[in-house]
Amino acid sequence: MGNEVLQNRVLDARIFHTEFGSGVAILTGAYRFTLSANVGDLKLRRMPEVPGLQSAPSCWTTLCHDRVPHILLAVGPDLYILDHATCSTVTPAGLAPGVSSFLQMAVSFTYRHLALFTDTGSIWMGTASLKEKLCEFNCNIRAPPKQMVWCSRPRSKERAVVVAWERRLMVVGNAPESIQFVLDEDSYLVPELDGVRIFSRTTHEFLHEVPVASEEIFKIASMAPGALLLEAQKEYEKESQKADEYLREIQELGQLTQAVQQCIEAAGHEHQPDMQKSLLRAASFGKCFLDRFPPDSFVHMCQDLRVLNAVRDYHIGIPLTYSQYKQLTIQVLLDRLVLRRLYPLAIQICEYLRLPEVQGVSRILAHWACYKVQQKDVSDEDVARAINQKLGDTPGVSYSDIAARAYGCGRTELAIKLLEYEPRSGEQVPLLLKMKRSKLALSKAIESGDTDLVFTVLLHLKNELNRGDFFMTLRNQPMALSLYRQFCKHQELDTLKDLYNQDDNHQELGSFHIRASYAAEERIEGRVAALQTAADAFYKAKNEFAAKATEDQMKLLRLQRRLQDELGGQFLDLPLHDTVTTLILGGHNKRAEQLARDFRIPDKRLWWLKLTALADLEDWEELEKFSKSKKSPIGYLPFVEICMKQHNKYEAKKYASRVGPEQKVKALLLVGDVAQAADVAIEHRNEAELSLVLSHCTGATDGATAEKIQRARAQAQKK
Amino acid sequence: MAFPYRLDAPELPDFSMLKRLARDQLIYLLEQLPGRKDLFIEADLMSPLDRIANVSILKQHEVDKLYKVENKPALSYSEQLCFLVRPRIKNMRYIANLVNADKLAGRTRKYKVIFSPQKFYACEMVLEEEGIYGDVSCDEWAFSLLPLDVDLLSMELPEFFRDYFLEGDQRWINTVAQALHLLSTLYGPFPNCYGIGRCAKMSYDLWRKLEEEEDSETKGRRPEIGHIFLLDRDMDFVTALCSQVVYEGLVDDTFRIKCGSVDFGPEVTSSDKSLKVLLNAEDKVFSEIRNEHFSNVFGFLSQKARNLQAQYDRRRGMDIKQMKNFVSQELKGLKQEHRLLSLHIGACESIMKKKTKQDFQELIKTEHALLEGFNIRESTNYIEEHIDRQVSPIESLRLMCLLSITENGLNPKDYRSLKTQYLQSYGPEHLLTFSNLRRAGLLTEQAPGDTLTAVESKVSKLVTDKAAGKITDAFSSLAKRSNFRAISKKLNLIPRVDGEYDLKVPRDMAYIFSGAYVPLSCRIIEQVLERRSWQGLDEVVRLLNCSEFAFTDMAKEDKASSESLRLILVVFLGGCTFSEISALRFLGREKGYRFIFLTTAITNSARLMEAMSEVKA
Repeated sequence: MGNEVLQNRVLDARIFHTEFGSGVAILTGAYRFTLSANVGDLKLRRMPEVPGLQSAPSCWTTLCHDRVPHILLAVGPDLYILDHATCSTVTPAGLAPGVSSFLQMAVSFTYRHLALFTDTGSIWMGTASLKEKLCEFNCNIRAPPKQMVWCSRPRSKERAVVVAWERRLMVVGNAPESIQFVLDEDSYLVPELDGVRIFSRTTHEFLHEVPVASEEIFKIASMAPGALLLEAQKEYEKESQKADEYLREIQELGQLTQAVQQCIEAAGHEHQPDMQKSLLRAASFGKCFLDRFPPDSFVHMCQDLRVLNAVRDYHIGIPLTYSQYKQLTIQVLLDRLVLRRLYPLAIQICEYLRLPEVQGVSRILAHWACYKVQQKDVSDEDVARAINQKLGDTPGVSYSDIAARAYGCGRTELAIKLLEYEPRSGEQVPLLLKMKRSKLALSKAIESGDTDLVFTVLLHLKNELNRGDFFMTLRNQPMALSLYRQFCKHQELDTLKDLYNQDDNHQELGSFHIRASYAAEERIEGRVAALQTAADAFYKAKNEFAAKATEDQMKLLRLQRRLQDELGGQFLDLPLHDTVTTLILGGHNKRAEQLARDFRIPDKRLWWLKLTALADLEDWEELEKFSKSKKSPIGYLPFVEICMKQHNKYEAKKYASRVGPEQKVKALLLVGDVAQAADVAIEHRNEAELSLVLSHCTGATDGATAEKIQRARAQAQKK
Repeated sequence: MAFPYRLDAPELPDFSMLKRLARDQLIYLLEQLPGRKDLFIEADLMSPLDRIANVSILKQHEVDKLYKVENKPALSYSEQLCFLVRPRIKNMRYIANLVNADKLAGRTRKYKVIFSPQKFYACEMVLEEEGIYGDVSCDEWAFSLLPLDVDLLSMELPEFFRDYFLEGDQRWINTVAQALHLLSTLYGPFPNCYGIGRCAKMSYDLWRKLEEEEDSETKGRRPEIGHIFLLDRDMDFVTALCSQVVYEGLVDDTFRIKCGSVDFGPEVTSSDKSLKVLLNAEDKVFSEIRNEHFSNVFGFLSQKARNLQAQYDRRRGMDIKQMKNFVSQELKGLKQEHRLLSLHIGACESIMKKKTKQDFQELIKTEHALLEGFNIRESTNYIEEHIDRQVSPIESLRLMCLLSITENGLNPKDYRSLKTQYLQSYGPEHLLTFSNLRRAGLLTEQAPGDTLTAVESKVSKLVTDKAAGKITDAFSSLAKRSNFRAISKKLNLIPRVDGEYDLKVPRDMAYIFSGAYVPLSCRIIEQVLERRSWQGLDEVVRLLNCSEFAFTDMAKEDKASSESLRLILVVFLGGCTFSEISALRFLGREKGYRFIFLTTAITNSARLMEAMSEVKA
């Protein structure tokens, strides 16, 4: 729109309201219309051109058909409607002839009705579509009115239009007569929900239809129950017996309830506190004579009036009528107060109405705090302290929201101070991130113990900082570091390596390469290389054991590869022990021994290994040879055991005789020579051994042996 | 039961509510994806899921086919796929592959990922990185407490142990806090809280924060459970590392109890097929022997068999009417008991076959020697032989750890030689296992503090840093010593035995280890409960390296009934063994308490070692 407006200027503008929000329509110097249906979501729509329009229309307004805004304009005797695409002429139904120009037009508050003021001095009222006429009134004044507005009449649903000239105000409706008022000053009319507000430089008046209750009570010589009750109360105050008469009259008609209700309702429509009071007093007086009158309406009216009177005060200046207040709701009223920064009054209202803290006081305090943070002349400390003093731990106050506002005003330091008061870390962290205080966010997240939060910050940091800085940050936060490591282990292995590198964590670096050597690498060369890197790392970590072990593994891998090439079969990745075993099982004893020497396999292990392997092969001859090669470092009991495992009793017996004295009994029992075992045990005079043998004696066969042992025992005891 | 609870023992709260809650929530989540769908379940979640909602319930809610999440392409033709997984990056990749394959094939389906017990940001991150975040909808199934038995709740998170105690990853602490919060909402607040361990403290703090943040409805409630005790597994590795000899523990060690049930193979069922048996208080035979020392079990079972026979025999003298009664009322129960009895006898036989060999006795003897701290040389030699003979990688590792913890680390020579032997026997990749064990403090070298390498000391300096106050550092365990011997002396863990320890009529909790050792974890709990605080245990706490992390918190107003004050919830962070459960059940019977157990998972020595082992992928 920019250019057109710049060149042609805006001649006129109208604000209108639809269910989509408030819209605005403008008329430019080129006599073109542009409108936006919602100023919150500004989408401009240029309306089509009106053919032959050479000067500004005599009057125009916005209408709403089927939720679509239209523009109605009058040019001379013609009326045009503009919608998004077309421009069409319309004629109001039943308009008296002779009109050569329209001087004013007005759309009702609800956008349903339209009024036109013609140069013949007649006022046409009809539906906004112009297809139906409601009435036409000729006021015989041809001077163009200054203003014309609709006056809503919520009670009678009748239509009325208020027309204003310089010093004259006229109310016109579907009636032969009009009501006229004299205006003392220049005035301005504002159509509202339930009437018309009339402003002048010194006065502020409200023109509206008198509500039923008020009319009933205040009509001259009214005998309505409300009027009587008011009268009764007045008499009662005068201590006159007439009070009783009035009361009786109402009661006889059975209208006391109605009377009280009328008084309460009428009080609502009064603007003068004195009048409100006397009406309420009358209601309260009448209530005394009623058995079961629900008190709510009375109480609520009192409360509402107190609130209304408070905001109507000229210091505040929100002269709402009762109906407007009800339509608006207390929440909106509070919002308006807050927007006007009338925090104390808003809080008082909340407290007075006992609104729940979260909706009421806390909300207002939060707003107050948000305003407070915008006071640039106060120091951060003072603002933070003031806010905390007022807010304390009020439930429902989100310090993070306030801090967000502070940040929005460019007061980052203040925001951080405010966040200190926020008890929920989950709320602190996102804002801190937004403020680019990622490191602080990280420590807050860690403090919270919520790993998810930590992670959020971590990934944020990762994108925000360069790698080096990111790692440095992690380095000071072990918990975050271990979290990130876990993530990397699964998702970014290379980063993990970089992390260890950065930290000079050679131990973990070594482990990393070891893992790579059997997980990531396939080729032997690659694996050996990975191991070499690992070994180097271990040396740097001063972990010589791991370094040596890794070097051994490299040696073994190369060897296994060679074995596999030369001998066939599967050697790769076997543990050293199994490699040697496989060699023996394959009959490559020489190589096995060479390997054992190369890797300094301890004697004991070698013996166990050979023993098991040879027994598996059932190579008893070789086993015997082996057993005689030198004195067994593991004794001979294992030989017996292993032979028995292979169910070779014959071979087992050979070794049983060579078992040392301590284990002899066990060995003999293993080969099933109970009698000899008994002899040895008796010879040893070892009680434990004796019972062991005894437990092996079975029924008939070993009867004699058992007896022998019992005897030996008895003898031993005697001694 | 051989040792019945005292008559005034308090009633246990009804934990079946937790199951119903979880079931309803799952159904709700499934219904969020209306229409027929295929359900992909992570293997680890299958057994727990089965305890909550069986296949027919799933089918009722329009689940067509069930798949296991594994590294194979899925052959599902359904238009809607639902994934029920633990929040692991691995699973996210699996889902991403599947979705991306669909995209390549130009196929559009609906995908829903249900995370149990909670969603992690890291997982969503991976989904985003893989470019499918917009294609799947994510939900949480807050199923964190599975009642395995009337007094046993498990979070079924075996990875907790490795994640926290090895990797220093605290993500599950939030889950623990949530679980505690759920318990306190359902069963009232806990007036007395005790705990020891860094993780216990953190879980406790986080839980308190949760309670404060929510407008707690529990405030006015009467507590049902009077005490809660949180304990870190690393306070007592020794107990978990010992061979179990109480029946339930032994069954776990031998057959592996998984999610409250065990698969008895053909050798037990004496038929040609395996049988899945639920082991809990409802199994009348099992509930009587579960806490017994194994040596009593066989006698008990044969007595039971005789009684059963006698019951059957009664029908001989019956007239028709009595017979009718017998058949309609008792026979079914007897049959059931008969079936269970034969199963447990089968299990016993199988265990006996495996365990009564000389090897096992030697093993137990060595363990006891290690616990008591004599003949260390001999035990070391035994372990070396164990390794040389390649008996079992896990067992060898366990013994090494037991030796290290009881002796405050291995002396440098043994440390090197045992490790060398181990690598030669079981493969070089275990170099990483050793590095893990060292980090977790399970297998260390006796060394004065100054030989810590530069990195490590730097890190341990950070631990003392104020900012790091709340942080567990994986390396911190390097600096701490187990002090087992001193603690054992202080708490009198090795009972002085005059004569034979009567395992039939146990005197103390040591019966679970044949009278040789009172489990440290249980002793700590006993002592604290007796004192109602840590007072007088300062020295023990110091020896446990836990001065900062032992806490007591008592409610000011005491609304708790005397009955609830005898109900104690024990929370094991990092897993507990069946032996510990048996020991505390025994303690409860003695003192008139009832213990309720909450553990991140049931564990035993083998599971602990496997968690620390590096195996080739």
